[in-house]
Amino acid sequence: MSDHSYVPSSKLGKWFNDRLPLLSLSAHLREYPTPKNLNYWWTFGGILTFCLIAQIVTGIVLAMHYVAQADLAFASVEHIMRDVYYGWLIRYIHANGSSMFFLAVYIHIFRSLYYGSHKSPREVIWIIGMIIYFLMMMTAFTGYVLPWGQMSFWAATVITSLFSAVPLIGESLTNWLWGGFAVDSPTLTRFYALHYLFPFLILGLVILHIWALHIPGNNNPVGIDVKQPSKDTVPFHPYIVIKDLFALLVFLTLFAFFVFYSPNLLGHPDNYIEANPLVTPTHIVPEWYLLPFYAILRSIPDKLLGVVAMFASIFVLVILPWLDTSKIRSAVFRPLYRQFYWILVADVLVLGYMGALPPEGLYLLITRVATAYYFIHFLIILPILGSKEKTMPLPLSISEPVLNGPSDIAKDNKTNTE
Amino acid sequence: MNFFFKTICILFILSTFSNQKVAAEENKELLKVDWSFKGIFGKFDRASLQRGYQVYTEVCASCHSMKLLSYRNLAEKGGPEFSEEQAKAIASNFELTDGPNSDGEMFTRPAKLSDKFVKPYQNIEEAKASNGGAYPPDMSVLVKARSGGANYIYSVLLGYDDPPNDVTIEDGVYYNTYMTGNKIMMPNPLSEGLVEYNDGTKATEEQMAKDVATFLAWAAEPHLEARHKIGFKAIIYLIILTILAYFSMKRLWSRVEPEV
Repeated sequence: MSDHSYVPSSKLGKWFNDRLPLLSLSAHLREYPTPKNLNYWWTFGGILTFCLIAQIVTGIVLAMHYVAQADLAFASVEHIMRDVYYGWLIRYIHANGSSMFFLAVYIHIFRSLYYGSHKSPREVIWIIGMIIYFLMMMTAFTGYVLPWGQMSFWAATVITSLFSAVPLIGESLTNWLWGGFAVDSPTLTRFYALHYLFPFLILGLVILHIWALHIPGNNNPVGIDVKQPSKDTVPFHPYIVIKDLFALLVFLTLFAFFVFYSPNLLGHPDNYIEANPLVTPTHIVPEWYLLPFYAILRSIPDKLLGVVAMFASIFVLVILPWLDTSKIRSAVFRPLYRQFYWILVADVLVLGYMGALPPEGLYLLITRVATAYYFIHFLIILPILGSKEKTMPLPLSISEPVLNGPSDIAKDNKTNTE
Repeated sequence: MNFFFKTICILFILSTFSNQKVAAEENKELLKVDWSFKGIFGKFDRASLQRGYQVYTEVCASCHSMKLLSYRNLAEKGGPEFSEEQAKAIASNFELTDGPNSDGEMFTRPAKLSDKFVKPYQNIEEAKASNGGAYPPDMSVLVKARSGGANYIYSVLLGYDDPPNDVTIEDGVYYNTYMTGNKIMMPNPLSEGLVEYNDGTKATEEQMAKDVATFLAWAAEPHLEARHKIGFKAIIYLIILTILAYFSMKRLWSRVEPEV
């Protein structure tokens, strides 16, 4: 990398940099050679970093006013909404921020899947990313419980009760999680502690995620290795910085529409009813971003197997770099994978849709088929595609045409516009 | 490539959620009112809020608490905007228990601006005992706690009807077109001319339902006007900044040779 030779111009800078090379780090981040053909799907890494920081900052302010005690939690949230200066704004940014965070992370993950960013030599980046994703779900879930509305309480009850499916120790485990014999104040307090802890774990992992990224450098839409630096790359600053900034601003405009004009659209009305252990809501549903997993959980009639399937659905993602055996990264050069990719996207959307509906009749059948397909995609289709698929020739470099000449470019363009 | 399809996918994810709400709603479609507080520039109708408070305090408040609101809220910007004197006068109509005083005794005193709305019942048990076992819900955030919001409140208030022939209704339960399961424990609270509006507005059932629903919408979202106002500025600011960033980006990237 180019920054090893970085020497600060001032004497003080050199003195400091010899002891702690922060200036070298800053120079590296500015000069970091980035493929010049990155499209807008690559801007979501920066957007996600922004989302994390925004959630942490707004979250800390909310924590200054929130009371994690079953009798006071609901009222303390309303106190934030009514009496804290701009408390409503902070809380709506935080609540909608989680949805925007997940929207961005799903785009980020599906971008990786399309362009093969999970493949060698980027497996570790991918695995760290999946741990981040899992922690994000834990953070979102514990956060959803904090306002102590009906959905908070019953979502906590449903999800923590899953652990009772563990053989032998299930019941003790659940009681241990609850800190009692039902979801109550002790549960709320520990969820609050965890909700404050996880984002900082995520922050640490994000630093590792970026560190691991900066070893091989970015993947790119063509999916070929790029010499860095070369005429195929641009320095991160200012080229990628301004592009990420532009994309972030577009994203923020959408974000602002939610915060200011439909702040409760993505939430559930029942969560404005204070938690009541004696009244069960008609439909207990998680937030939209967890619905696909909720659907997988409910698709299996056995409780324990349902839980296993739900965790397995995340675990197959962790081991994906070894399931997707094709040497070609980008779906642009994998005509069959491209079809299956979009079927997977549709499958996950169907799962999400079904997760919101009651698990009965036709809905349940569709959910089961979609769940089965999800696993078939990763465990059967991908390994087979790896050996059987006839891929298209790769270009030599980003700036140079495809190996076999222009006829292949024309072919590629044709399949792309289908 | 496939940009259209991708956009559809994202919209689909977002619409999943709103569809889910529609799916949850099996009852008759709610009555719709063209609320003044909807939309980008939406504001509360001040007079309607004041009338709505009157309906609440004269009709609803005998059973329904609003424990999250304080009397000072009635004089705050973006709300009914009673003058401070009016709000003080309203508060002083209510008595509450305070204390202990220096002798260790509890005493009653008139409410002040800083006090929360005085509750009709001391506790849930008392409320249930007085209402045939049903608990009249606290109305502070009721509009946000019901799918359909203000339209739902409006519809339920006007939804009382004779039960169809095939429906039997027990004693102490009433038929309501818009209530889940069509059964409600609250008797029809509104009747023509039930309150006498100070501003001379005719107190029809529709008028009272509309006013009280407006009042409850404000109570659930007291900073709605500020939110709309700041939101408009924030979005204009973001759009301008986005355009500037776009042209800066184009300018910077024009130095990079175009990709093949």
